[in-house]
Amino acid sequence: MARPMRIRARMAGDIADVRVLMAHEMETGTRKVDGKAVPAWFISEVTAQHNGKTVMTAQWGPAVSKNPYMQFKVKGAKAGDKVAVTWKDNKGETRTDEAAIA
Amino acid sequence: MKVERRDVLKVGGGAAVYSALASMGFFAANPAMASWNKDWFATKSIADTLKAMGVGSTTESSEINITSPDIAENGAVVPVGVASNLPQTQMVAVMVEKNPAMMAGFFEFTDNAVPDVSMRVKMGQSSDVYALVKADGKFYMAKKEIKVTLGGCGG
Repeated sequence: MARPMRIRARMAGDIADVRVLMAHEMETGTRKVDGKAVPAWFISEVTAQHNGKTVMTAQWGPAVSKNPYMQFKVKGAKAGDKVAVTWKDNKGETRTDEAAIA
Repeated sequence: MKVERRDVLKVGGGAAVYSALASMGFFAANPAMASWNKDWFATKSIADTLKAMGVGSTTESSEINITSPDIAENGAVVPVGVASNLPQTQMVAVMVEKNPAMMAGFFEFTDNAVPDVSMRVKMGQSSDVYALVKADGKFYMAKKEIKVTLGGCGG
């Protein structure tokens, strides 16, 4: 089971600044251990929602760093609104976490 | 029935449809990688990448800001931020020219998002980093060279 994301969302003017730290190995598939290639394992899709409405979707490759960090901004938000982030990796595992905008 | 996520998102109010479908487990029924654009993540040159994405021509734009250090000490963790001041920015893609696959990731925005994102990428060696922006149906590009002291691909 994947570990939870850390989501911090703060208002800056009328725009919410959201920072997300995900816990994931992000194996590229090119690294070798004892001569054996380690299979690729990375987050491939990310969706961000504000109060249940999708504001951003992303697709990632294995070049995103281990334990990915992502920052994005949401218009028309206010303190107390919910921000949810969902990721899905190339093995089909998925995780959603939610935070309130401070 | 076959519904690509891309088409779903295009439909008016697509976001709501998408989340409704997701909550119904619609996407879980598909193979794990159904909507991931594999071809976009397999190319090694800027020309091939743009071709895979179906991008015809791009314009260099000073309205795109790439935020990153000029010199990154650790190639495994290189912070890269892209902000677009172009009106109606729909997509931002981050590409590292000298990586095994150029495309690091791309972000698509709805009207409620500000096209200003940051992420951390791996870089095998010093390279130009490109930001490709789709705004109002047109493609724009900016690039920045980032020097890497220590490669991030086990090298």
